[in-house]
Amino acid sequence: MNKKTIGALSAAAAAVLALSACGGGSSAESASGEINYWLWDANQLPAYNQCAEDFTKANPDITVKVTQRGWDDYWGTLTNGFVAGTAPDVFTNHLGKYPEFIKNKQLLSLDDAVEKDAIDTGAYNAGLADLWVGEDGKRYGLPKDWDTIALFYNSALATDAGVTAEQMADLDWNPQDGGTYEKTIAHLSVDKNGVRGDEAGFDKNNVDVYGLGLNGSGSGQGQTEWSYLTGTTGWTHTDKNPWGSHYNFDDPKFQESIDWFAGLVEKGFMPKLETTVGASMADTFAAGKSVINANGSWMIGQYTGYKDVSVGIAPTPVGENGKRSSMYNGLADSIYAGTKHPEAATKFVEYLGSTACQDVVASKAVVFPAITTSSDKAAEAFKAKGVDVSAFTAQVADDTTFLYPIADNAAKVDGIMKPAMDAVLSGNVPASSLTGANEQVNNLFK
Amino acid sequence: MTTLNKNPLATGRQFTPASGKRRGQSDVKIALFFIAPAMIGFTLFYLVPTLRGIYLSFTEYSILGDPEWIGTANYQAIATDPLFWNALAVTSQYVLINIVLQTALALGLAILMHRVAKSTLIRGALLLPYLMANVIAALLWFWLLDYQIGIVNYFIDAFGFPKVAFFGSAEWAIPTQALINTWRHMGYTALLIFAGLQSIPSHLYEVANLDGASPMQTFWRITMPLLRPVLALVLIVTVIGSFQVFDTVAVTTQGGPVNASRVLQFYIYQKAFTESDFGYGSALAVILFAILAIVAFIQMKFLKGNDSDLD
Repeated sequence: MNKKTIGALSAAAAAVLALSACGGGSSAESASGEINYWLWDANQLPAYNQCAEDFTKANPDITVKVTQRGWDDYWGTLTNGFVAGTAPDVFTNHLGKYPEFIKNKQLLSLDDAVEKDAIDTGAYNAGLADLWVGEDGKRYGLPKDWDTIALFYNSALATDAGVTAEQMADLDWNPQDGGTYEKTIAHLSVDKNGVRGDEAGFDKNNVDVYGLGLNGSGSGQGQTEWSYLTGTTGWTHTDKNPWGSHYNFDDPKFQESIDWFAGLVEKGFMPKLETTVGASMADTFAAGKSVINANGSWMIGQYTGYKDVSVGIAPTPVGENGKRSSMYNGLADSIYAGTKHPEAATKFVEYLGSTACQDVVASKAVVFPAITTSSDKAAEAFKAKGVDVSAFTAQVADDTTFLYPIADNAAKVDGIMKPAMDAVLSGNVPASSLTGANEQVNNLFK
Repeated sequence: MTTLNKNPLATGRQFTPASGKRRGQSDVKIALFFIAPAMIGFTLFYLVPTLRGIYLSFTEYSILGDPEWIGTANYQAIATDPLFWNALAVTSQYVLINIVLQTALALGLAILMHRVAKSTLIRGALLLPYLMANVIAALLWFWLLDYQIGIVNYFIDAFGFPKVAFFGSAEWAIPTQALINTWRHMGYTALLIFAGLQSIPSHLYEVANLDGASPMQTFWRITMPLLRPVLALVLIVTVIGSFQVFDTVAVTTQGGPVNASRVLQFYIYQKAFTESDFGYGSALAVILFAILAIVAFIQMKFLKGNDSDLD
C-alpha cells in the first residue's frame, strides 16, 4: 500500500520553502547562455525545434533547449519550477493560468523590450496582444497562436444519412428545440437496429452511433463543449472580460442552454458522461461511434490524421441572433521572472513572436500563428494538405468570437464548476443547480 | 522451536543491566553513531515536515508567498465543508471494501500457501501484482475496463449484458478502484499472514488432530487465535495504507464523476497543489493524521497486537 504520509506532503511543502530562497537571482549580462523553453503540444514540437535552431544560427551565443511536456504534467511541473527556481526561462502560457502567475510575481513584464525593440503588436490578429496585458497594465506575453471552435464530422456517415456538406455548413440552433442542429444530430444518431434518432422506435438505450460526441462536461468554460452555443445567446461567462470578478452561471439563458445540451444525453443523441472517462472523444469519433465532434482548431491534425476516416469541417451553428459564435483563445510565450538570462530570454520571445518563427510554424500546418500574415500562410499550408479550415478562420473574419474568460482564481473556479457541471451533464440535477455553484464561485472574489 | 527462539532473548535481558554499567560513557558515542543515520532521516523527512505541516495548517499559504497566520480558520472551514465530509464517506467506503476483501482473500491464500501450494514458484507468482507500480496497475485496469475500448466490456457486451462504466459511473468508481488495489495487494498481505502461519507450532495441529478436531474447529480454535498478533499488524498497516489511497484515483477518475471518488488524499492534493491552498491542504492532512492515529490505536487495543497467545 502506498506509504505516503502527511509527512511526505509537508516534506514537499517544507522542501519547497527551503528552495524558494534560491530562485530569482538574475544578474546583468549580455544576451548569451542556454535558455530553456517549454511547450505542451507535441504536434508543435518539430516547428519550435526548427525555430530554436534558426534562432541559434542568428544568435550563436544563445542556445535553446526545447522541452515538451503533456498538458497534464505541464502546469504542476511549472509551479514546482517556480517554487524551486528551476522554471524554464521561456514557456508557453495559457490565458486560464497566467492571472495567478502575475499575482505571484512569476512573470517578467515585456513592456521595456516591446518599446525598445519597437515590436508591432498590431501585426497580430486583432485583440490577441491585448489578452496578455495584466490588470496592472503590464504586458506579460507575446502572442504565438490562436484557436477557435468548429464541427468536425464523419462525412461518410453524414452522406449515408443524406446530410450534405452544404447542410452541415448551414445549421442553426436555439436553446428551446435545438433548431436544425438538433434535427441533424438526431438524424445522424443510429441505434443497434439501424433506426435513426428522428424515426419512430429509436432505442435510446442501445445507441450504436451518436449524432454528437462528448468530451466531458466542460467545467466552467465549456470551451469545446457548449460555449459555441451559449455564446450565440449573448451570454458571457463573466461580467467583463478580461479580469471579470463575477460569473454568470445563474443566468436563466445559460441554464436553458445547458439543459438543452444535457438533454441530448437523455434523448440518446450524445453519449453518457460516464462513458467518456478513458478513451478520448476523437478516438471514438475515429472508431465511427459519433458523427459530429465540436472541437478546437488545435485538433485539426488529429482529426484529419486518422486512416480511412473521411472528415469534414463545418462552422458552428448560427444562433437566434443570426450569428455564429466561438470562443477565441490565444496562447503566448512568457518569461519566468527568475530567469538567469533575462536578455537572451527576451530576445527569444521576440523571435518566437516574429514572422520569422511564426511562418515556420505556419508551414507545418498544425496551428494558426498569431501574426495575421503567418496565419494566412497556415491556412494555405492546411489547404495544400487538403484540409479546408475556413470554418475556423471564418469566426475571426466575421468577428463572431468572444475571448476565453480571463479571471483570477481559475483553479478554484474549476474546483467548484467541474463537479457541478458533471452533475448536470450526468443528468442527476437540472442546470438550475448551477445557481448554487455560481454563488460559491462569486464568493471567491469577495 | 519456540524454546530455542526464546533463549537468546531471555539471556539478553539478564545480562543487560550488569553489562550496561561496565560499558560506561564510551558506548553512548558508538550508539549515537549507529542511531544517527536513522535519526537524521527521521528528523529531516518525518519530524520537521510534520511539525511544519501542523504549523502550515494554521496559516493561509499559496506556496509562492509567505504563510500568513490565521488561527483555526482552516479547521472551522473544514468542519462546514461538504466536500470534506464527502471525502471522509468516500474514503471510508473504499477502506471498507478494500480491507474486508483483501484480508479475507489474503487469509485464504495464505492458508493455501501453507497447506497446499508448497512450490516456491506458485508462492512467488502470488506476489507478482505487488511488484507492479501502483500507477501502472491503475493504468492497466483503466484500459482493460474502459467503457469504449476495454476488453472486459467487450466480453460483457459479447455475452449480451449491458456494458459497465467502471470508472465513469458514481456507483462503480470506488468499488472498481478498491478491487484493483485488492488485486494488487492481496498477494503481499497473504505473504505476511503466511509468515504468521509458519510461526504456529505444528505440534498444536497434531494434538488437535489426535483429539479429533474438524478442520473448521482447528481453524477457529487454533489458527485464528495464534494468528491474531500478525493479523493485527497486517490490519493496522493495510488500513493506514488504504486510507491513503491516492495514485489510483489520480491517474483514473481524478475525484469524479462529480465527487464520487474524491477521496481524502486526493482532496488534499487538489486543495494544495491544484488550487495552491497549502494551508487548507495541510489542515486536511493533519485531520487525516489524527484519524489514522486513532484508528491504529483502537486496532491495537482491540486486537491486543502487543501480546501473543503462544506463551
